[in-house]
Amino acid sequence: MTALLEVEDLTVRFYTEEGVVTAVDGLSYRIEAGETFGVVGESGAGKSVAALSVLGLIDDPGRIERGEVRFKGEDLRSMTDAELRSVRGDEIAMVFQDARAALNPVYTVGEQIAETIEHHMGYDPAAARDRAVRLLDRVGIPEAGTRYSDYPHEFSGGMCQRATVAMALSCEPDLIVADEPTTALDVTVEARVLDLLADLADEFDVAVQLITHDLGVIAGTCDRAMVMYAGEAVERAPIEELYYDPKHPYTAGLMSAIPHVGDDRDRLQTIPGTMPDLIDVPSGCRFHPRCPFAEEACTRTDPALVDPENGEAATLETERAAACLEYTEGLTGGLDYSVEVDGETNERAEDDDGGEDDDGREDEGEEGGSDE
Amino acid sequence: MSLRRFVLRRALSVVPVLLGVSVVTFGLFHLTPGDPVSRLVALNPDVSAAEEARLRERWGLSGPVWRQYLAWLSNVLVGDFGREFRTGRAVSAIVWRRLPETLVLGLFGWVFAIAIAVPAGIYAAVNKGNLGDVASRVLALSGVSIPNFWLGLLLILVFSLYLGVFPVLPPSRLPLYHPETLRYLLLPGVTIGTAAAASLMRVMRTSMAEELNEEYVTAARARGLPERTVVFKHVLRNSLVSVVTLAATLTAGIVAGSVVVESVFNWPGLGSEFVRAIDRREIDVVMAITLVTAVAVVLANFLADVLYAVFDPRIRYD
Amino acid sequence: MTEDGERGTDSEELRTRRRTDERGRIRVTGFDADRVRDRDPLSAWSERDGADGGTDGTNGGADDRWRRGLRRFRRNRSAMAALAVVAAMALVSLLARPVEVAGVVVQPFALAPYDPTTILYLSVDPSVSPYDPPSPRFPMGVDGAGRDLFSRVLVGGRYSISIGFVVVGLTASFGLVYGAISGYYGGVVDEVMMRVVDVVFAFPGLVLALAVVATLGGGYWQLVAAFSLFGWAGYARLVRGEVLSIAEREYVLAAKVIGARDRTVIRRHVAPNALSPLVVLASLDVGSVVIGVAALGFLGLGMDPSTAEWGTMLDATRETLIQGPGGEIPWWATVYPGGAIFVFVLAMNVIGDGVNDALDARETGVGRGGRGGREDRGDGRERGDDR
Repeated sequence: MTALLEVEDLTVRFYTEEGVVTAVDGLSYRIEAGETFGVVGESGAGKSVAALSVLGLIDDPGRIERGEVRFKGEDLRSMTDAELRSVRGDEIAMVFQDARAALNPVYTVGEQIAETIEHHMGYDPAAARDRAVRLLDRVGIPEAGTRYSDYPHEFSGGMCQRATVAMALSCEPDLIVADEPTTALDVTVEARVLDLLADLADEFDVAVQLITHDLGVIAGTCDRAMVMYAGEAVERAPIEELYYDPKHPYTAGLMSAIPHVGDDRDRLQTIPGTMPDLIDVPSGCRFHPRCPFAEEACTRTDPALVDPENGEAATLETERAAACLEYTEGLTGGLDYSVEVDGETNERAEDDDGGEDDDGREDEGEEGGSDE
Repeated sequence: MSLRRFVLRRALSVVPVLLGVSVVTFGLFHLTPGDPVSRLVALNPDVSAAEEARLRERWGLSGPVWRQYLAWLSNVLVGDFGREFRTGRAVSAIVWRRLPETLVLGLFGWVFAIAIAVPAGIYAAVNKGNLGDVASRVLALSGVSIPNFWLGLLLILVFSLYLGVFPVLPPSRLPLYHPETLRYLLLPGVTIGTAAAASLMRVMRTSMAEELNEEYVTAARARGLPERTVVFKHVLRNSLVSVVTLAATLTAGIVAGSVVVESVFNWPGLGSEFVRAIDRREIDVVMAITLVTAVAVVLANFLADVLYAVFDPRIRYD
Repeated sequence: MTEDGERGTDSEELRTRRRTDERGRIRVTGFDADRVRDRDPLSAWSERDGADGGTDGTNGGADDRWRRGLRRFRRNRSAMAALAVVAAMALVSLLARPVEVAGVVVQPFALAPYDPTTILYLSVDPSVSPYDPPSPRFPMGVDGAGRDLFSRVLVGGRYSISIGFVVVGLTASFGLVYGAISGYYGGVVDEVMMRVVDVVFAFPGLVLALAVVATLGGGYWQLVAAFSLFGWAGYARLVRGEVLSIAEREYVLAAKVIGARDRTVIRRHVAPNALSPLVVLASLDVGSVVIGVAALGFLGLGMDPSTAEWGTMLDATRETLIQGPGGEIPWWATVYPGGAIFVFVLAMNVIGDGVNDALDARETGVGRGGRGGREDRGDGRERGDDR
């Protein structure tokens, strides 16, 4: 069966004055109907570009060079502009990082929601307004009826993001692409907006592609996740496995950088260095200059995304995939990091797999119920 | 803050500026070395001794400068700008007769500028980098650079003298509302509007192009709105905001342009009267027109700010 | 339910805890960053310093910006061509006829074939008559008083061009000081100083210049005064705005916090950044002053009527057009002097646009936070916002 969204070998380049930037390079992933799929990575990893490419919103210096984006089995890239527009907002909606910037400052918040409803659902203005007010109410805007006529600058950051969530839901899409929806918000507000999103995803049975640089955000909300580095996917896994058994050193690095309350270490282990400028990427594995486990071979061979179990090239269906030479050629030193869970050391043994998926779903259910 | 309160507050801030304008106008003609009346008399042999005495009294030249200023200001406030030396006509009557002519010309210039610049600016911004954009940019740059008096002369040369399409001079007393007037209005109107059209187009293009890079545009596209709606509803209104801020500057440009263009086309407005008055040293007339011009610009500024607030709700809440 | 309350209040713990609570806290060990820091680089690849994350806005970037601006300007072919045109026209007007200062010839060259005031049929060739059309001998024809137009056009730039640069030099310097004081001190000082600017802005520049000429009369320095007296207001407003925005940037605040003196802050941080928009405005302003000077000449209020000045020359031929067709129309008397103004101003404006493009803060990535970077590199939208 085809998944809701299948992205295959997506490559996006930007032709700039300074050179050609390959912002996304051969990216493949799928999202099942109703699930929440996380995309994690540092700033500049190509997450946003990937998200915009799904909707065909890459602008001029940029171009989608290769790849397919199949939504419900249909290739979005071969659609006409008009067909694509009927998908945007109606079947795939988007939530942006800076909600206030994503709202037009000179129209009221309500008008902009109603506009989408009128456009896609053919409502008359009064009906569209009613629906917009109900949606605003649903996302937790107090006095939605009066707030309908407020301008974006009269909303707080959190309220703006709630409003854009309402806007995204307004035509009952099947997929919401949320690009760092909470990065610009305070941590407390962030938590509430994330809950709201998870809640509504459940209620409206909509799949979410949640893009973030924060592994913590992924943990609470996603079923599966993909880790991106310098335009490429370096790991793809169900969420539990990603956490308890990270297969790629970059994922491990990201996790060791998460602070914990009661942490007794002197300092956080951050990943040394910064992500490469995408104009000039390192040879071989792009992560090698920052990877503690890198060896000579890593500077020569660009590792493919493979199933870490057997080293076979990963396909869209492969649940578990990582791009590290360890799983193909093997590294002489191996990857000697380990995951500790509450004192007990979980050596990177392969016996910890399986069963996690169920765990995840259970949790999702709980979350939906606990929020009202 | 409501729009009404914004307008009220803005209107109040006009008062000190107007006061400053009157001080500068007065100062320009009174703080220069020498007594203005004796300078006038030296330059203008037509002034009789009796008139000289009357002038001195009228300007209160015996008193200190501030008293002279107050005397002048209180006269001006009741609409008394003095009299012409040569004819003895009331200056206010001259201003009132000439003002409508200039207003018509200026308005025509404005309409022309907007009619050309807004569509051209939108076109250029949306099709950034293609041939049409390049062509319109070259035209706009030329429009900004061409001296209006030369443009006027060229238009007369081509359309009146060679092609004979338009008459050179307007008949002396054709009423402004007469349909025939439009024919006489066309060349001076185009001349006066060209510079405004060109700079308006440049601003329109830049602001449109800038707005098109904003996130709300991507967001609007992501909602599946047609490009037409995105450009004409969402982007246009935002870029009009920056166009409106330019409106006051352009009005000043049109007012200044009218001085030159009216002289080129012998248009019987305030501008040609201004030049004539300077030539004949009719200081009262020069002062009156300087003042009227500045007041017009201040009012245009005020209107632009109100429009700005109408277009951009954020401005009302600072 | 309990979970919800917890999350609302204790956000520190991030969201890992909910899931990790079920199976205990996760900790990754063995990811040893020091290993990377201590080892020799594995490959030749290295991070490009300064290329990442908006260091451009700091003071170190200011010098850099000028150098980069210069490079960009040099690459801009139309701007370089315009620069050549302006330089050529300035040079030609200087070299057209010898210049004497107090009876001493300081510039002996004479590119123009005739003296601009020579009436040809009196001293050169009696067969020449007023308004003779262009011919190989008189390439731009003869004007209404029987003078060689070509010579007059060559010389005609002296007044307009030099007044243009002198005025811009004066007004830009004064405006810079005025605006910097207003912006840096703020408060009542700023309020009063800016009201004065508002008042000046109420008068169209040309009207003020005419008013000044009306009291002072025409002539070279009177024209300089006419355009300088109020021309500074635009610079003042611009510089004040820049100073205000720069003074609030983090690196300036930081400099203040560590106790740098006002003068040092202005000189090292504020001035270099405020200067580039000033240069842009100045380069565009030369053209408008030149047009203004010519306009006064055209209205008969600038230089003496017989002076070979572009605008004044146009004034002299105006009658031939207003009076309508009567025999041959001497188009050359209108086209050439006006064309000279047009070409000069056009070139000046192209230079101004070029300077603007070369120094534009937005395009060089200065001071636009995370936004403008998007065009420059693929994923700039993500950087800068979450530093």
